[in-house]
Amino acid sequence: MKRVITVTVINQSGVLNRVTGLLMKRQFNIESITVGHTEQVGMSKMTFIVNVEDERKIEQLVKQLQKQIDVIKVDDITDKSIVMRELALVKVISPPHIRSEMNSIIEPFRATAIDIGKNVVTYQVTGNPEKIEAFIDLIKPYGIKELTRTGATAFVRETQKVHSPQLSILK
Amino acid sequence: MNTGGQAMQELTEMPAETEVQPKQLNDGSAVLIQALKDQGVEVIFGYPGGAVLPIYDALYKNPISHILARHEQGAIHAAEGYARVSGKPGVVIATSGPGATNLVTGITDAMMDSLPLVVFTGQVGQEVIGTDAFQEADIIGITQPITKHNYQVNDIKELPRIIKEAFHIASTGRRGPVLVDIPKNIAVELFDEEEHVDEEVNLPGYQPTTRPNFLQIQKAVQAISSAKKPLILAGAGILHAGAMEELKELVERHRIPITNTLLGLGSIHGEHELFLGMAGMHGTYTANMAITECDLLVNIGARFDDRLTGNLNLFAPNAKVVHIDIDPAEIGKNVPTEIPIVADAKEALKELLKQEIASPVTADWIAHLKEAHKEYPLWYVEDKEHLLPQQAIQIIHRVTGGDAIVTTDVGQHQMWAAQYYSLNNPDHWVTSGGLGTMGFGFPAAIGAQLAKPKERVVAIVGDAGFQMTAQELSLLQELRIPVKVVILNNEGLGMVRQWQETFYEERYSQSLIPVQPDFVKLAEAYDLKGYRINTLEEAESVFQEALLSDEPVLIDCRVKQLENVYPMVVPGTGLHEMIGVSGK
Repeated sequence: MKRVITVTVINQSGVLNRVTGLLMKRQFNIESITVGHTEQVGMSKMTFIVNVEDERKIEQLVKQLQKQIDVIKVDDITDKSIVMRELALVKVISPPHIRSEMNSIIEPFRATAIDIGKNVVTYQVTGNPEKIEAFIDLIKPYGIKELTRTGATAFVRETQKVHSPQLSILK
Repeated sequence: MNTGGQAMQELTEMPAETEVQPKQLNDGSAVLIQALKDQGVEVIFGYPGGAVLPIYDALYKNPISHILARHEQGAIHAAEGYARVSGKPGVVIATSGPGATNLVTGITDAMMDSLPLVVFTGQVGQEVIGTDAFQEADIIGITQPITKHNYQVNDIKELPRIIKEAFHIASTGRRGPVLVDIPKNIAVELFDEEEHVDEEVNLPGYQPTTRPNFLQIQKAVQAISSAKKPLILAGAGILHAGAMEELKELVERHRIPITNTLLGLGSIHGEHELFLGMAGMHGTYTANMAITECDLLVNIGARFDDRLTGNLNLFAPNAKVVHIDIDPAEIGKNVPTEIPIVADAKEALKELLKQEIASPVTADWIAHLKEAHKEYPLWYVEDKEHLLPQQAIQIIHRVTGGDAIVTTDVGQHQMWAAQYYSLNNPDHWVTSGGLGTMGFGFPAAIGAQLAKPKERVVAIVGDAGFQMTAQELSLLQELRIPVKVVILNNEGLGMVRQWQETFYEERYSQSLIPVQPDFVKLAEAYDLKGYRINTLEEAESVFQEALLSDEPVLIDCRVKQLENVYPMVVPGTGLHEMIGVSGK
């Protein structure tokens, strides 16, 4: 199962290495990872999506991360109400005569063309990872020349559902 | 405008000014050595080299006792032995590159067995880091998964804070090794004492929980009170927390039988009437049966290692599990736990003992276990031709009265020592448990002896493991450290050979080593007294003489080569499926 984990860390050199090294040592498969500064000076936040077998494994992962000296806070926010966004840049073969067709496809995704060449257009699309998957699937038949994704970043919504299941460690 | 007259005036005024404001400038190395003194460091284990030349120069000017091992691995294992016996962090210094990489085994060993170490490595100058400079190794990257934490000092201003944090992290919570990598230019850079503000340790990401949760304690006492077949499993956490008195009180007040992990040995007197012996792969029949049959298992400071549990699906099938551990990540990692208690073992036990509860009725349970112990004691079959290793350890035990500090490597001799050297005292057992490091026992004994100069320290090692760090005999020669080295010599890798016998149809691939040095002559080469034992009679007389001497000695004790460690839990099977439980 996929889990969304956010980790608040002290922004020190080597901290990313520490966290990913820990995941590697314990054989967790990272699907995506994003890092950036937060509202607090000297603090960064990582969001990663990992594939795990069961709850016990994810509990172990959270606890191991929490043990790191540079890690301030770890949350498994998968079962909470969250906002999650990812950005993708997609370079598609798009000769001028099909561009209006392309435009009608990208429009519902609120993607934008950010670079245009003679036969190729680069689109930028933002949304949750599923939306980006859907966008890529639709565009694929036209011929994707290059694709890059940032990985998802997320945090919990202001208002939560009443019963969000929690990991036993947080109980 | 600077005229000659003014310059003269300035010159005459200058001495007065410097008297008013004495500027104290030390370099990084001097700051380091002074910080070690401030931390109360009594002894450093180390080896010099290019990148730590400034540090060794500062040590020359401001001495702290320094033990010059003959290999960095020897230095760090000695520091581990020192830490295990004294409870204080072991301090190690090594140079960059090969000096640092030679420490890797010891750092991992300390990490696995939760030993507090503060390791300082030199690093090439900052201007060449990352250029594959001479003797450069990315020791921060290398040790990141095997340290509790590590630091590279990138600014001289950070040095005092980092040293403070390193000692704090190593010696609190679940202890462990912390490495501090110091680039050579930082070691010689001047440090402005006046600009420096001494800070308290402030680590928002590191706040170990030491006080137990009251509700969980309540649950635990209820579980103890209502148990019919309770069992305590005590691990090294008891020793690290110094909770031996509290443990004994809990055991005796409620009459609960107790077993130990390998590393927990010594947390209760080895001949206590409620002590069932060690549990696990080569534990006693009684201890393993008790785990299988108990209805309440109270684990205090042990981590349910695979060598203890055997097949997890068959482990303690009838038990409700209470797990007290300072490290929350250990709880529920291997064994599902009904009552988790994150706390320091001493704090948790104190809290447990405060609760007034009815003791469980355990007389039948204890009688049943004593019956099992009588039926299936540890056993061996005497051999007229050969001295048995078990006999050798029994004699060592008798001669030293069970009061010696015993260190071991890993393997058969380690298991026999665990089985037959029953310990009277805590912190007298120094063994490589989690990592299982050959070559650990002898240098660890040196560290242990330095920590406790008045105690008798016996290193029980195998012939193969001993040869991995035998160069440290130089330390016995140089400092006359009165360690007693007992080589249980079976001319090979006993445990490897035993597994080849059991699981590989006696194909003894690379495990028999008949060619070896004359260990007695080797001892003599280092100006040490060497002894050889071939028979039971010789064992009686030689151990009596050698172990009671005040000098360092080496004893080459020839034992039966094909002897096996029993009983045994075959990997993948449950504790109740032990083989070799009886010689009958």
